[in-house]
Parts: sequence; C-alpha cells; structure tokens
Amino acid sequence: MNVLLDNLSLFREGFIGTLELTGASALVAMVLGVIIAGFRVSPVPPLRIFGALWVTLLRNTPLTLLFLVAFFVVPKVLFPDLDSFLLAVCACGFYTSAFVAEAVRSGINTVPLGQAEAARSIGMTFTQTMSLVVLPQATRTVVPPLSSIFIALTKNTAIAGAFNNVDLFNVSKTLSNDGYDIAVIFLWITLAYLIVTYAINGLFRLLEHRLEVAR
Amino acid sequence: MSASVLFDAPGPKARVRNTIYTVAGSAALVGGIVWVLLRLNEKGEFDPALWDIFNYAGIRQNILEALLATLKVFALAGVFSLAFAVLMCVARLSDHRPVRWFAVVFIDLFRSIPLLITIFALWVGILGTMSPFWALVVGLTIYNGCVQAEVLRAGINAVPKGQKEAAYAIGLRKYQVMTLVLFPQAIRSMLPTIISQLVVTLKDTSLGFMILYPELLHSARLIANNTPVNGVYPFVQTVAVFGAIYIGLCLVLSWLATWIEKRGRKAKSGITVASAKEPAASEVAPAPGAPVAADPLDETVVVDKAQDKDN
Repeated sequence: MNVLLDNLSLFREGFIGTLELTGASALVAMVLGVIIAGFRVSPVPPLRIFGALWVTLLRNTPLTLLFLVAFFVVPKVLFPDLDSFLLAVCACGFYTSAFVAEAVRSGINTVPLGQAEAARSIGMTFTQTMSLVVLPQATRTVVPPLSSIFIALTKNTAIAGAFNNVDLFNVSKTLSNDGYDIAVIFLWITLAYLIVTYAINGLFRLLEHRLEVAR
Repeated sequence: MSASVLFDAPGPKARVRNTIYTVAGSAALVGGIVWVLLRLNEKGEFDPALWDIFNYAGIRQNILEALLATLKVFALAGVFSLAFAVLMCVARLSDHRPVRWFAVVFIDLFRSIPLLITIFALWVGILGTMSPFWALVVGLTIYNGCVQAEVLRAGINAVPKGQKEAAYAIGLRKYQVMTLVLFPQAIRSMLPTIISQLVVTLKDTSLGFMILYPELLHSARLIANNTPVNGVYPFVQTVAVFGAIYIGLCLVLSWLATWIEKRGRKAKSGITVASAKEPAASEVAPAPGAPVAADPLDETVVVDKAQDKDN
C-alpha cells in the first residue's frame, strides 16, 4: 500500500500518460484506418495497392521495430525536432491504423450487396455511396472489433514507456529502480491497466447498444 | 461482396476521372517516396560504405546469431504457449467450479496486462531471479497461452453438440471425449487462427529488446552503435535489413495461415475453418460459423482421410 501512497503523483502522471498516449494514438489510428480502408475498396488502382501494402507491411512488423524507426531513423532523416510523445503517437497510431483498416474493410463487406447497388442505381458516386450508405451501416459491425483493437492499443502504449515517455510502464521501471518490491508495483500497475481496459470495454458496449438497430 | 460492387463499370466520364485520380494518386505516392529517398540521399544514407558493413563476416555472424536467438525464443514460447493453452482451455471448460473460475480470472487478467510489463516484472524478479531468455519465454508463454486458450475454447464450442453427446453415448470417458473427439476437431478448425496468433508471438519476441535479450532488434541496435562508418552510425541501414528479416518471417507464417484456411475451406471434412485473422486481444475469439452437422461417424472417417493426405 505504501508504494502507491508514497508515489501517488508519479502513478497519476503515469496513468495520465498512458491515457494521453492511448487517446492520441486512437485518434490517429481511426482517421488513418478509415482512409486506408477507403483506399482499399476504391476504384483507383494505385490507392488500392498502397492500402494493401500499408496493411500488409504494418501488420507484419513488430511494434518495437516501428518505435526504432520512429526514434532513430525519422529524427535523423526527415524531421529532426519532434518530441518523443509525438513520435510515440505516430508509431502506435500507424501500427494500429492497419488493424483498424482491416476491421473497417471487413465491416464494409458485411453491408448487404443491395444497399450499394441501390445507392449506385440512384446515381450516387463512389464517395457518396461510401459516406452516406455503406460506412454508416458498416459502423455497427465494426464497433466490436474496434473495442479489442483499442484495448490492444492501450497495452501497446507500454512500449512507448521504454522510449522516453512517461506512462505506466515507465513508472514501474522507475519505481523498480528505486528499490521497491516489483510484486507490489506489478499489482498496482495491473490494476491501473484493468481500469483503462474495462473502461474502454464498457464504453464500446454502450456504443454498441446505442447503435443497435433492427435490420 | 467484392469491392467492384461499390462502383459502376466506368463510363467515359468516370474513366477520365479515374485516370485523373490514378495519375494524381500515383504522383502523390511516387512523390512521397522520392522525397524520402532524396532526404536519405541528402543525409548520405546511400553511401555504399554504410551498406558495405553487411559484407563483413563478423556482422553476418552477428545477424545469424541474433536470428537464431529470436527463433529459439519463438520456438520455445510457441510450443510452451500451446501446451499451456490446452491446459488453460481444459481448466476453463472444467466441470469443477473453482477450477473454472480460476481459469477465467487468470486468462482475463493476463490478457489485459501489457506483455511488456509481465516480461519486465519477470526479469526484475517477481518469481525469483530469471535470465532475460527465460523471462521472455515465460512471459510470452503466459500471455499467448491465455489468448490461445480462448481460441481453442471457441473452437471446442463450435464443434456440433451431437459430437460430444454421441461420444458419451458410446461410453467414452470425459478425457477420451476431450482428446479423441473435441480437441482434434477444434484444433483443425482453429488452425489458421492459432497460426496467426503465433505470428503475434513471433512479433512479440522483439520485446526482448527492452530486457537486453540479444535478439534481432537488440543486435540491430548494437551493430548500428558499434560500427560507425566515417563517423556516421548506420541506423537506417540496419533498421532496413532487420526490418526486412522480421517482415519476411512474419509474412511466411501469415501465408501459411491463409493457405491452411483456403485448404480447409476446400476439404469436405464438415469442419468449418476459422478465418486466418488474428484473434481479438480481449474479446472471445470469433467462433467459426455453425459447422454443417454431418453424420458423426461419417465425419470422423472423412477427417482421417484428409489427414492421411497430409502425410
């Protein structure tokens, strides 16, 4: 108990750090993921190829490797002065975007054929078909997998803690170096992660419930 | 639904528009790639001397050793996690309530803790002193074992109920029903998902980087730090080479999963094969669609035949 009370501010900082990393990366992943999924079903071949490449490459790369790229290659070659938070958000966000793109794409595939055909037959363009007819319906099937993708993202942000970011993993490292018992630290860190993951789970359950419409 | 349903066969106007998009899209892509290449060139990353380091026998030896270290962890963690998964799955489906509850709590708990934190805690010594190698193996085993256990459970739940009932009816014992009837069918139907989770295991071996286990990424960093060429540290080059190795390894495994899935679809064993998608990290793994219930006896015969074909 003392470990928690003595270092309450550190724990709070780490908890908020994890939340910030998760939130920012989730936003990046959502936006990029939907765009990439759009690319993958679009009538423009180079975009389709780009989408497929993006998903295949990122899904088969360890996140740690992405972090190495973000922290050792990107500052050296492209943008020298990015802070570690932004780099970590990019690495986590890009990685997760590939999974989001796949979830959205399989969501699009579950929308009944007639919907897209009807949209087309009343003269809608591809963009209109997607944004007005297909995507709103795909949302419902996409929500459950998204929930697990974002929970996985929460856990993945721990890697950012090893790269100069203050988050729960970073806190556990600091405290362990200070000589506190790892078992007690582990207990509290676990509890913190459980709170975040259950919160995400509950949030998505709620969302799923709200979106539930008889078809 | 194929992608082509979303848009018409293009008419003259759409063809022009698509051509414009194609040209613009390609230009943007090529432009982006050229920009990165130019920047790389500007920083002198294409200097042949920097790439030449991979011709040194010592560095090749390092890469080989690192690859072996990664594969060693992967092999052990893969085997142990599957064994552990069978154990957890049996516990999860146990008739004894305490055992079942223990399994539920254990699986739920370790699936929601980041693997990195588990590995770190093991390394620091939550269970006594542990070398980085064993910390990595045990961490991977616990986490992936929990995920694979849920995959197996989904597979067992998807086996038609009649199979189990028939097995009990002909007088098999509980363990016989499990080992002779349920597990073979569950494993067969979930094989693509199991292999996809093995890809995750392989990717997660890279977490050894954080606890100084000399696997691929760790040795990439060492090589980059220790072989400066004319005062330049070859980070870009090592990341490119080691990234290619990782992606190659994972792609081979992913292809295997997809191939087995396609093959399973074609086989007329009456077992519906799950998709080769990664199992969801937190939710119960997606069960394959309701399998076509065939005559149980007939089905086992077909399964045997299909397995004979493998050998």
